[in-house]
Amino acid sequence: MDKVYEIDTLIAKDINAYLESHQNKLLLRFITCGSVDDGKSTLIGRLLYDSKMIFEDQLAQLKVDSKKMGTQGNKIDFALLVDGLAAEREQGITIDVSYRFFSTKKRKFIVVDTPGHEQYTRNMVTGASTADLAVILIDARKGMLTQTCRHSYLCHLLGIQNFVLVVNKMDLVDYNQEVFDSIVYNYYEFAKRIGIQNLTSIPISGLKGDNITIRSDSTPWYNGLTLIDHLESIKLGQTGDKTQNFCMPVQWVNRPNSDFRGFSGKITAGSIKIGEEVVILPSKKTSHVERIVTFDGDLNMASNGQSVTITLKDEIDCSRGQIISSSNSPPKVADQFNTTLIWMDEKKLIPGRAYYMKIGVQTVMATIAEPKYEINVNTLEHMAADSLKLNSIGVAILTTDVSIPFTPYAENKTLGGFILIDKFTNSTVGAGLINFALRRTQNIHWQNVNITRDDHAILKKQKPAVIWLTGISGSGKSTIANAVEKKLNRMNRHTFLLDGDNIRHGLNKDLGFTEVDRIENIRRVGEVAKLMTDAGLIVITAFISPFESERQIVRKMMSPGEFIEVFINTPLHIAEKRDVKGLYSKARLGQLKNFTGIDSPYEPPEKPEINIDTTSMSIDEAAEKIIKKLFSF
Amino acid sequence: MKQAQTHLARLESESIEIMREVISETDNPVMLYSVGKDSAVMLHLAKKAFYPSLPPFPLLHVDTTWKFKDMYKLRDKVAKVTKMELIVHQNPKAKEKGINPFDHGVLHTDIWKTEGLKQALDKYRFDAAFGGARRDEEKSRAKERVFSFRTAQHLWEPRVQRPELWSLYNARKAKGESMRIFPLSNWTELDIWQYIYVENIEIVPLYFAAPRPTVIRNGMLIMVDDDRFPLEMGEKPVIRSIRFRTLGCYPLTGAIESKASTLIEIIQEMLLTTTSERQGRIIDKDQGVSMEAKKQQGYF
Repeated sequence: MDKVYEIDTLIAKDINAYLESHQNKLLLRFITCGSVDDGKSTLIGRLLYDSKMIFEDQLAQLKVDSKKMGTQGNKIDFALLVDGLAAEREQGITIDVSYRFFSTKKRKFIVVDTPGHEQYTRNMVTGASTADLAVILIDARKGMLTQTCRHSYLCHLLGIQNFVLVVNKMDLVDYNQEVFDSIVYNYYEFAKRIGIQNLTSIPISGLKGDNITIRSDSTPWYNGLTLIDHLESIKLGQTGDKTQNFCMPVQWVNRPNSDFRGFSGKITAGSIKIGEEVVILPSKKTSHVERIVTFDGDLNMASNGQSVTITLKDEIDCSRGQIISSSNSPPKVADQFNTTLIWMDEKKLIPGRAYYMKIGVQTVMATIAEPKYEINVNTLEHMAADSLKLNSIGVAILTTDVSIPFTPYAENKTLGGFILIDKFTNSTVGAGLINFALRRTQNIHWQNVNITRDDHAILKKQKPAVIWLTGISGSGKSTIANAVEKKLNRMNRHTFLLDGDNIRHGLNKDLGFTEVDRIENIRRVGEVAKLMTDAGLIVITAFISPFESERQIVRKMMSPGEFIEVFINTPLHIAEKRDVKGLYSKARLGQLKNFTGIDSPYEPPEKPEINIDTTSMSIDEAAEKIIKKLFSF
Repeated sequence: MKQAQTHLARLESESIEIMREVISETDNPVMLYSVGKDSAVMLHLAKKAFYPSLPPFPLLHVDTTWKFKDMYKLRDKVAKVTKMELIVHQNPKAKEKGINPFDHGVLHTDIWKTEGLKQALDKYRFDAAFGGARRDEEKSRAKERVFSFRTAQHLWEPRVQRPELWSLYNARKAKGESMRIFPLSNWTELDIWQYIYVENIEIVPLYFAAPRPTVIRNGMLIMVDDDRFPLEMGEKPVIRSIRFRTLGCYPLTGAIESKASTLIEIIQEMLLTTTSERQGRIIDKDQGVSMEAKKQQGYF
C-alpha cells in the first residue's frame, strides 16, 4: 500500500517536498458504470478507504451503519460510504450523480458515481459529460448484461476516450481465468462494434481488494496493472477534441472604466499570443489581440483551459455569447443541424415547440423536428419515433432562430454539446450533440431584390405592423379584429386580416388541434404575416395562439416594434356563456378534444403591448385603443 | 502536445468560469461571506474572475452575534480592503427572543442561520447566492449541483435537481425562485489549504495554534471567547494551545489541541490527522442524514 499512496513519513519529514509534488499533480475524472449488484459502491468505498480518504469518525459511523443495515454481517459495508441521500440508503440504490475525491502519490481523482438502472440514463449521461475515463464494472458470475452495453454506449456517445473493463467479484468464481477471458472476449467484440478504441481489462474483487491497489496472489495468470496503477498511468490532456485553433466564447464584457474594455472567457481550444489576428463570430469582424489580462499580471500567451480577459486593438462590437477565434479556420456558422438528443424530462419532446438552447455561453431558441429515429440503448437498433420520452435517445433535425458558431461534438465538446431548457418550467429537459450542420440552409442564400420592404412601405405611406390578437375561443378576437380593420381602412391604411378559422379552411387545412399542429399553425401564420409586412401591409391576426413560446417566436420574426401583441382578456366563464359557435358545450360534452380552456391550456401573455378587458370595454373602445397604440409606435 | 493543466490551475479556472456565468445569467447575485477559509478562497477567486473590475456583487454575512471576535475583525478589514459592499444581516426575531446556543440548542442554528439567510435573501431580493460548500465535505453535499435551484420557499429538492452537463449551467428561474451557486464544488480540503498557501490568502488567526482559554463541553474543546459563556460554579477556563479546523459560532465550534502555528504545519497536521473536518461542528451530528434534512429546509 505504501508504494502507492501518500506516505505519512514523507509528510512528516518533508512537508515542503510533499506539497511541491502534490501541487503538480494532474487530475483525472472518471465515471464508474455498473449496477449496485455489480459492487460499484463497494469498489468506490474501497478506493476511498485504501487512499485514507475516510477519517476515523466517519469510519466509526460506518461501522455502526454497517451493523444496522446488516448486509455484510459484521464486516464493513463500503457501499454505505458512497450512497449519500437518505432515500438511497433506504432503497439501497444510487439515484443521483455523486462526486468523490481521492488522491494517490501521483494523481488526484474525481470519481463520478452514477446510477445504473435504465430509468437513470439521464444521470449517467450527466456524469459521462465531464469524465476523462470510464470504468465499466461486470459481475464475474453474471457476465455481460444488457446494461453493460447501455453504459458503454452512453459513455462512448458522450465522447469518453478511455475505457477500463473491470471484472468484479472474482473471489466468487474462484479467480478462474477462463471466466475472466470469456467475459473479456465478449466485451471486446461489443466494444469494437460501437467504436471503443482504448480498452484495458482487469480482474478484481472490490470486497477483498484484489488487484485494486496491490497485485493479487489469487490471479497469478494476470500480468497487467492494478486498477490504481492503470488510472495513474493513463495519458492525460488528450480529450477527443481535435480542434487546435484558438477559440474562446465571451462570457462577460469587462468594463471597469471607459478606458478598459476586455472580453472575459475560458479558452476552449488552442492557444493565443499577443498580436495575433482573431475573428469575432458570428459578425466575422477581425482584430488583433492587444493584451491578455489576468489578476496575476498580463500574459504573453494563454491556452486551452485558462480563464482570461482579452483586449483587442480595434474597438469592435463583441458581446456575451459571441466567440473570439483564431482567424485561420474559425468555427463555422449555421442554423440547422443533425443532432443526437437525450431527453431528460418527464414531459416528452414536442416537435415544433421552441426550447431555449444553451450552447457554449450562448442561449438561443431552437425547434426540433420529429425525430428521424430513436436508438434502443440496449440493442442499438434504430426505431421509428414521433417524439422522445424521458431517457430516450434519438436523432433529429434542430433549427435555431439565429445562426450560431458550432463545431461537431466529435471535434470539440464546448461548441458541439448543448442543453435544452423548457421555456416555462425552466427545467433542463434535454441534452444534445451536434453531429453536423445541414447543407440546406447553408446553400440557400437570400436572393437580393431591388425593391426593398422600405420601398413598399413608403409607397403605401405607412409603417408596416402585425397586430396580434390572442385570447380564448369566444373572447371576441375576430369581432375586434374586424372593427380595427374597418377603422384603418377608412383612414386609407393598407391592411389585411388573417383570421384563424379562415386560414384553417385553406393554407392550414392539413392541421388539427393537437399541441404539435397548433404550434405549426401559428408558425405558418407568422411567416405569412411576415411576408405581408415586407409588402408594407398592416396585418391584423385573430388566432387563439395559446402558447407563449409560439407567440414569442412570431415576435422574434418581426422587426423590433412591428409586433403588437393584444391580449383579448375575457374570463373563461364569460366566453363560455357567450358560446357564439356552440363549441364550449360540445367540448364540455367531450365531443371536441383539445379545446383551449377546457382540456388544453391557454397561457396568457406575459407582457402584451395592449390588454383589452372585454368585460369593461365596448368593441369600438377596444378598436380605438388598439389603433391609438399602433400610431404611437 | 501541450502540457495538461495542474489540478489547482484547472480548479481555479473552473471556479472563475462559474462566477462569470452567474454574473451574466442572474439579476442580483450576492456572495455569502462567512469569514472562514472557504469564503476567503471564494472571495479571492472572485477578485481574479472580474479583474480589473471589482467583483460586481456585495458580500453578505449572515451573522448570529456568536461568532469569534477574530472573525468580526477580519470581516471588517476585508470589506475595507476589497472596497466591496458588505451587508451584515442579523435575524431581528432571534435578537428579540435572545436565541443563543446555550439555551436553545439546535434552534439556535435554525433561527439565526437558516431563517436569517432566507430573510436576507428575501429582503434584498437576491436571486443567486454564492456559497463556499464543497462536495468532499459531507455525503449529501457530494450530490449537490454547482447551480443549485431553490424554490420560492428556499427549499432544496434533491430528487428533482436539474441535470448539469459539461459546463453548461442552467440559471433560469421564475420570479421569487433563486439559485445557490457553489464555485468550490470540486475542491477538496487539501486543495483549499494548498491554494491559501500558494496564493498567500489572509485567513482568521484562529486557524493557527495559539494559547487560548478553553473549557470542555460534551467532549468538545470549546474556546471561551467572551464573558457570555456560562461557566460552571468555580470553573476556570484552561489555557491550551489550540486551533480550529472549521469556524462557526464559538460556543458550538470544537477546537483541536495543536502546536501548528504556520500554514505548512497546519497542512502537515491535516494530512496526518484522522478526523474529518465537520466533526468540529455540533450541528451535523443530530442524526445520520441531518445535513440533508437541513439543506432541504434551506440551510446552505
